[in-house]
Amino acid sequence: MIGLPHYLVVAAILFTIGVFGIFVNRKNIIVILMSIELILLAVNINLVAFSAYLHDVAGQIFAMFVLTVAAAEAAVGLAILVTFFRNRGDIAVDDASMMKG
Amino acid sequence: MALQAIAFYMLAFVTIAAGLLVVSARNPVHSVLFLITAFFSAAGLFVLLGAEFLAMLLIVVYVGAVAVLFLFVVMMLDVDFAELRQGFAQYLPIGGLVGGILTLEMVFVAATVATNGAAAKNGLPNASPGGVPNTEAIGRVLYTDYIFFFQLAGLVLLVAMIGAIVLTLRHKPGVKRQDIGKQVARTPKTGMTLVQIKPGEGISE
Repeated sequence: MIGLPHYLVVAAILFTIGVFGIFVNRKNIIVILMSIELILLAVNINLVAFSAYLHDVAGQIFAMFVLTVAAAEAAVGLAILVTFFRNRGDIAVDDASMMKG
Repeated sequence: MALQAIAFYMLAFVTIAAGLLVVSARNPVHSVLFLITAFFSAAGLFVLLGAEFLAMLLIVVYVGAVAVLFLFVVMMLDVDFAELRQGFAQYLPIGGLVGGILTLEMVFVAATVATNGAAAKNGLPNASPGGVPNTEAIGRVLYTDYIFFFQLAGLVLLVAMIGAIVLTLRHKPGVKRQDIGKQVARTPKTGMTLVQIKPGEGISE
């Protein structure tokens, strides 16, 4: 039978994949943003799984707020990315030190 | 129950495989498409848990808005992505090591939670307590207990929208725009001048 630990393990693996993606794609900020989305998805799976198995709907409300923040974060992150690309002509972030003032 | 287990393992496998392909695909357009696959399968997992409303929200918000935004930006920016992949193999061993340790620790925590945690005595998932449909159960709590957080979420979205517009808006020089304040403040005194002309001379200038 599928229980709570199954969902928690899926969320854990997905979270790790997100962290791993940030490690290995250090230059490509688009993939870094997508990895952050994966991490937030793993958090959502955790919240919804606990909400279902604790018979408490509050976890789903929290998942909804996480969804809202993730959407806002993606919008602002991609806007910063577009501005950065306009100023620099590429999106390599490993030498992005032009904003230090 | 067996059918549910098959569905769970299929959706979980697709979610994790798509997640791995997101971070390892060579082409970022493929990455975005695998991200959409991962979100879709995760929505299937939510349906299995009984959280139908969040599953639909995930598809509408993530697949419909966020992933398409990513796709739009990836296709709009003309970037040499092969160059950006340098260092991938360099960070692979340490990244894999840290990732493996993280996964192991979280799996142990999950096993502990399942055997001793608060949810140990609840056998079956029930995403809509109170005997009402899932959407109604969420609505009953969201618009009463969490109303201020709900409004705050709207404010977060508003600020993000204004921020994105401010960041990407560009004023090109030489474009004529309507300035309503200037138009309203215009009087006969500023709009025209009376010139006394002597007969037969005309106006210089």
